[in-house]
Amino acid sequence: MELTANKFKANASKALVDAQLQKALGNVQKGFIGKRQKAADALPEFDELRDNARDIKNHVLAHLDLYLEEYERKVTAAGGHVHWAETAEDARRIVLDICQKANARTVTKGKSMITEEIALNDHLAANGIEPVETDLGEYIIQLRGEHPSHIIAPAVHLNKEQVEGDFRRVHTHLAKDRDLSEPVSLLSEAREVLRQRYFAADVGITGANFLIAETGTSVIVTNEGNGDLTQTLGKVHVVVASIEKIVPTLEDTSQILRVLARSATGQDMSVYTTFSTGPKREEDPDGPDEYHVVLLDNGRSAMLGTEYQDMLRCIRCGACMNHCPVYHAVGGHAYGSVYPGPMGAVLTPSLNGIDETGQLPNASTFCGRCESVCPMRIPLPKMMRHWREREFERNLTPAVARYGLKAWAFFAKRPKLYRLAASFGMPLLSLFGGTSRRFHSLPLAGGWTRHRDLPAPEGRTFLQAWAQREALKQEPLKQEAGQ
Amino acid sequence: MTSSEAKAAPQPRVGLFATCLVDLFRPSVGFASVKLLQDAGCEVHVPVAQTCCGQPAYNTGDRADTREIAEQVIEAFEGFDFIVAPSGSCASMLKKHYPGLFAGDAAWEQRAQAFSGKCHELISFLTDVMMVRDTGASLEASITYHDSCSGLRELGIREQPRKLLGNVSGVEVREMTDSDVCCGFGGTFCVKYSDISNAIVTKKVGNIDTSGADMLLAGDLGCLMNMAGKLKRQGSDVEVRHVAEVLAGMTSQPPIAGSGK
Repeated sequence: MELTANKFKANASKALVDAQLQKALGNVQKGFIGKRQKAADALPEFDELRDNARDIKNHVLAHLDLYLEEYERKVTAAGGHVHWAETAEDARRIVLDICQKANARTVTKGKSMITEEIALNDHLAANGIEPVETDLGEYIIQLRGEHPSHIIAPAVHLNKEQVEGDFRRVHTHLAKDRDLSEPVSLLSEAREVLRQRYFAADVGITGANFLIAETGTSVIVTNEGNGDLTQTLGKVHVVVASIEKIVPTLEDTSQILRVLARSATGQDMSVYTTFSTGPKREEDPDGPDEYHVVLLDNGRSAMLGTEYQDMLRCIRCGACMNHCPVYHAVGGHAYGSVYPGPMGAVLTPSLNGIDETGQLPNASTFCGRCESVCPMRIPLPKMMRHWREREFERNLTPAVARYGLKAWAFFAKRPKLYRLAASFGMPLLSLFGGTSRRFHSLPLAGGWTRHRDLPAPEGRTFLQAWAQREALKQEPLKQEAGQ
Repeated sequence: MTSSEAKAAPQPRVGLFATCLVDLFRPSVGFASVKLLQDAGCEVHVPVAQTCCGQPAYNTGDRADTREIAEQVIEAFEGFDFIVAPSGSCASMLKKHYPGLFAGDAAWEQRAQAFSGKCHELISFLTDVMMVRDTGASLEASITYHDSCSGLRELGIREQPRKLLGNVSGVEVREMTDSDVCCGFGGTFCVKYSDISNAIVTKKVGNIDTSGADMLLAGDLGCLMNMAGKLKRQGSDVEVRHVAEVLAGMTSQPPIAGSGK
């Protein structure tokens, strides 16, 4: 997708007045938060599991090279192929090559943010191969020519009436008078249409939630079972995953699985958790003839050893955006990048550079709710602040903010001058506050007063008033001393 | 220092870090803080070399100015037994964020760590260190309390103000929905992303209205000015005050942004 992260403000302004979107966003706030809380409350060791999950990934990141090599050995031993892709372009080329060798005309796809990151669908389509998204949400947005607005609920920005309209527009072979008023009827229709696509597909492409070094296994979690059909019915299964998806063992995987679904949707486990190791063996009743894993770096190894390394612990549960007041207000598309919300505000600058993405880490109140629910305890606000520091160092911070800040800092670092200015300024501002004790508008305060009144200061500053009170207390003592 | 030591020590010397917003906009909160601290048995000092905790610079990515301001604050306050601020956000800046500014500078880092250990937010200092249970105030009002983000999530302040408010005679607490969700202030965020901030604070004042309370309290003046400004813009007659004003029984000043419509 085209990166429009630096149009965030304009995107957000549009989103704020989009009635359909605002209605859909109301559902995000109602659904995810309560369910996660309930799931967390029901598990006494939930916070301990979060600590374990964090520690597992920290260990992996400290030894990533070793685990990646071990993983490759195990995949190869199971009859699979590992392809290393340094860039998005490399990954696209490798996947296309595999598809072309299989003479693929259509490929089915399980839900995968990594294939969004490398813009795989456009590349396949441009080369005459039709990609078919099989996750319901992904299928819907593919029909609409949109991108996911949420990493686990790609169509969360839509209402069911919009989806009904899309299905009627596209599924013209079905009866016109069919009832599509309920979500379940939409789901059944998508299933029916997609079922035929699975059988026709030559290649199935999925992402991976985990890559297990111990066994060479890739793991996907889904709620619709579409991933399983995608990866078992095609002749070839291609897994596209980024390098930080590695976990050492099956035991580690089960530890992290226990926090993943609970944090994401409030489920104890997702409906389907599927482990794939190599292609079909002789004794297997089904499975693909070929099994490929494309391991994508795309800037991640450069994050190792930096202040952004912790971001590589992310397991893409979406809890941060589900709890973000900014995401609730504007939705995922406003971020103008593949990854929205707080995790995107940290990851996107790492992948695309801060020059083109500086708006994202700035668009946060630092309320900290994202960090408080992150199953991997990623310090998201801290890392957003680090991005602001990188911006400031390079003079990328907007000039108004920069000069305003410098003027303020000049006084803040000179208490005497600050006191003097405040002791004249605040009483004057207070006077202008009149009897209402607030301002409806004020020069230079437009950002504030556009939407809210500015409370008038009381008058003298606290330190002024305090000094006078203390001086009065001293007065009788001085007189006594003088007598 | 543990709470028992604090009690044993005669008159702990407290440096009051008023915070820039209280200093400039609402001195009443400063005086209410002084009263609460003195009533709790503290000797209160207000160093004149205080301006701001440095958050505007810190959150804009300006580490150099932040550090200079932090040094200034530490120098002015490190001599006290405790440093107390009537704000979760500023107290957290002093306590949780200052030490990180000096990473790699052993001498300063040590000073910042020692300083950090003595910093507290006002209400939690009263309940957790000075063991105050009842401030002796009374007020006939139904109030709702907003949990400001930094105090709540960085310092764990949630029950402390509610405990003390529960003992103010005449006060009825009516919890609002999502009291722990951001009000949209976010320091410079509210002017940098004015429209988004407005969407967030609009939801917040909706929840305040629905609570049916006639007074809104919180522990951070930034959030209070934001919510008061929105309430007044919407014509609400909910009174807005810092929680310290009510706990100190000092509500004779007009509320934040005035009263009435």
